[in-house]
Amino acid sequence: MTSMPKPFIDKHLPRNKLGLSVRNYEGVMSTLCAGCGHDSVTAALVQAFWELDLAPESAAKVSGIGCSSKTTAYFMGQSHGINCVHGRMPSVATGANAVNGQLHYIGISGDGDSLSIGFGQFAHAIRRNLNMLYIIENNGVYGLTKGQFSASADYGSKSKKGVPNEQTPIDPCIQALTLGAGFVARAFSGDKSQLVPLIKAGLMHKGFALIDVISPCVTFNDHAGSTKSYAHTYKYYHPLVHTDFVAHADEITGEYAEDGEMRVTLHDGGELRLRKTDDNYDPRDRAQAIETLMTGESNGEIRTGLLYLNEDLPDMHAANKLPETPLNALPFDALCPGTGALASLQKRYR
Amino acid sequence: MKPTDTRDPDYFHKVVDCQWACPAHTPVPEYIRLIAQGKFTEAYLVNRRSNVFPGILGRVCDRPCEPACRRGRVEEEPLAICRLKRVAADHRDEVKHLLPQKPERTNGKKVALIGAGPASLTVANDLAPLGYECTIFEAHHRPGGLMISNIPAFRLPEEVLDEEIDYILDMGVELKLNHRVESLRALMDHGYDAVFVGSGAPKGKDLHIEGREEAADNIHIGIDWLESVAFEHTDKIGKRVLIIGVGNTAMDCCRTSLRLGAGDVKVMARKPRQFFKASPWELEDAEDENVEIVVNHSPKRFVVENGRLTGMEFELMEYDLDDRGRITETRTVGTKIIPCDDVILAIGQENAFPWIERDIGIEFDKWGVPVVDETTHASTLPGVFFGGDSAFGPKNIIWAVEHGHQAAISIHKHCQGETIEERMPRGLNLQSAKMGVNEWMYSHAYEGAHRRDMPLVELKERLSNRKMEVELGFDAERIATEVQRCLNCDVQTVFDAPLCKECDACLDICPVDCLAIVPDGDEDALRQSLRVPANNTEQALYVSAPLKDTGRVMVKDENLCLHCGLCAERCPTAAWDMQDADIFIPHVENEAGKVAAE
Repeated sequence: MTSMPKPFIDKHLPRNKLGLSVRNYEGVMSTLCAGCGHDSVTAALVQAFWELDLAPESAAKVSGIGCSSKTTAYFMGQSHGINCVHGRMPSVATGANAVNGQLHYIGISGDGDSLSIGFGQFAHAIRRNLNMLYIIENNGVYGLTKGQFSASADYGSKSKKGVPNEQTPIDPCIQALTLGAGFVARAFSGDKSQLVPLIKAGLMHKGFALIDVISPCVTFNDHAGSTKSYAHTYKYYHPLVHTDFVAHADEITGEYAEDGEMRVTLHDGGELRLRKTDDNYDPRDRAQAIETLMTGESNGEIRTGLLYLNEDLPDMHAANKLPETPLNALPFDALCPGTGALASLQKRYR
Repeated sequence: MKPTDTRDPDYFHKVVDCQWACPAHTPVPEYIRLIAQGKFTEAYLVNRRSNVFPGILGRVCDRPCEPACRRGRVEEEPLAICRLKRVAADHRDEVKHLLPQKPERTNGKKVALIGAGPASLTVANDLAPLGYECTIFEAHHRPGGLMISNIPAFRLPEEVLDEEIDYILDMGVELKLNHRVESLRALMDHGYDAVFVGSGAPKGKDLHIEGREEAADNIHIGIDWLESVAFEHTDKIGKRVLIIGVGNTAMDCCRTSLRLGAGDVKVMARKPRQFFKASPWELEDAEDENVEIVVNHSPKRFVVENGRLTGMEFELMEYDLDDRGRITETRTVGTKIIPCDDVILAIGQENAFPWIERDIGIEFDKWGVPVVDETTHASTLPGVFFGGDSAFGPKNIIWAVEHGHQAAISIHKHCQGETIEERMPRGLNLQSAKMGVNEWMYSHAYEGAHRRDMPLVELKERLSNRKMEVELGFDAERIATEVQRCLNCDVQTVFDAPLCKECDACLDICPVDCLAIVPDGDEDALRQSLRVPANNTEQALYVSAPLKDTGRVMVKDENLCLHCGLCAERCPTAAWDMQDADIFIPHVENEAGKVAAE
């Protein structure tokens, strides 16, 4: 961490449509270790929100416990948010989403919070197709408790003291694909040129959007022999698809542009432009996505980008026919139909 | 792009904008840190090594450092560097015993210095402690040159001037007052080993238009008039005064007029405000005293009635400007007579050398200006050197000081039989400013306060006494705040590429977004690759060697860096470090080997 907060200077910075600079999207001073990947993810979120011209107060940040879960304090200090029980963030996000579907929900979690204690919660949030951006800041260790292997640590990856991990890892992307998630991506905290467009796309995707971000733990998992270090990730980093998010594109000219760029329209009218870097990769083919991840696992390649996208699944709100208007904006008589209505309801169960 | 060579002393020197802009390269952040620690004497001495007259310059310097100050690019206004220099001078303890002393014996080399202005005094300051026998010849009855004759006492009190001149005279310098040099040849016949000409630019320009002769009694040449006020030959002026010209001399003339009884003073400018030569703060000070500055009036004739000046006629001007603000067309759209009792001409000055024989071996150009080498200050006659305004025309005190330092080196080399062109190069010493985890040997936190203003004597009171200093100096609160506004640009961000693991931590924390890790490219491409493109091409772009994991390069735009050290605090491998850059500027004492390189 640093000894002081970042001075607020934005004279030199451009403004977005709301008249805000990126500085207006930052939060309090980070207390994470110097060089932590999580701080880069935070910076990418700040950049993405600023580029999308979203007001900070249009977002709700939810998180559980862990280094990753602390980071919701470090961006958009003027957003809604809750830092809740370990692994239970998806439940709280579900509740919040049910009563107010108009906010942009950002869940920040870690490999411990999502793949160990909160693994069931994580799975069911996907099944519900909760409309949220769910970021796992994945570093393969429990940093807050000084470096034990987490559930995402690769088999054979070595701890700081040189002991290899002998348990098989959980891959959150493969899990999300098998559970039916409509937006599954993998990224790296060291590459914002990929991460920022993915965050924008994930925020605009209607439904559950998972981004598993390899975010190295600089203190406990950044040594030789680790498979989640900066050096290892840079060495085996392999983007499959390059994603660009275009807000409200004026003209949509079919599925592929002339240069082979694939275009996907999102529900709010924005557009994703996907440029393949691998010839045969089609991010709409779920089986291929799973296969690609599993073959990547065996040769050590870290395959990244927007792995899978399906815009056609109804989200929780749509499936449950929940009101579009947030409950706090509904008139009292709509929220509380009165004793007569209650009596008639009770009568049905007699 | 080729990786930046930060071993070149000029690279980090340029980052210290104030020091780079100062002709004498005063280490500004260094003395401001000393002031912050209450070490006023030390701050004074650091100043004095470079600029010789901290008390004087702390009041009347032309301040090339302030427009250059990085702070002015980060927020609205630069640091009040000049004001802080005065703080060091005002609050210093006795320094006499800490200054270079008169040597026990001289080295037998005799140097004649013509004119007791800042240039000659600096040469004497540098050479006398080394044993040179320096003799200064001064035409007037007081030393100081333009500093006494042209700068009014309400800006520069005489005791401040005398004290700092005395420090130099006490080093065993001989001063011959009331001794105008009428012939260089005659002077040289006295067997001097070297002659330094620091006689200034003493000839004020005249305006030869209709009515000039008839109204001569009420038309004054600015610098001559200021001199006669300073030496108390003139003590009054008419009620309505027009000043022609809008440079710093004009500002001194208008403010002096107010103190001699004028009630209505107008400064007449031929062009619009953006073309004014006066420093913005001097214009402000004059307007603060209710001087009216009238633009677009070009002098046509002096109006004389019954042999007496009654006014001045002006042509009313109009200008067309192009998009870069240059004048493309000039029109006269009428004339206007403005009544007045006196006119002061402040339209420039020139150097004049009627006392230098043209067959002596000193080459003059077609404008009658001597041919002088810009580095060595040597004329075409070996052993004769020029400095100050007499060398390259009117500049200012701080330039005269720097000329003096350089001429002193040349004079020393000339007297020792060395080649004057072979001069000691500048140097750079870097030392980590790290004291512990997130602890630095400088106050790195950003102070958000705006520039402190100077408290002034109340208007009525100050106009009643020509010698009353207008500026009161900074009080404790102003000092405490202003010193913290300094960004410590001399504590450099130093990058060690092999250590970088490309975690982006420095990029994310930088409060002015001046860092990027990007694929290598040409300079234009790299300048555009930053979040905020580095469009100020006057400021350098740092480019590292390729980084080990991706082959990309670290880029830093030196334009806005706050030197806050957050990049170094956030760096997990200490690839970024904050290092105190001591920029070594050689003086004659170093050339003479008396003092090891600092």
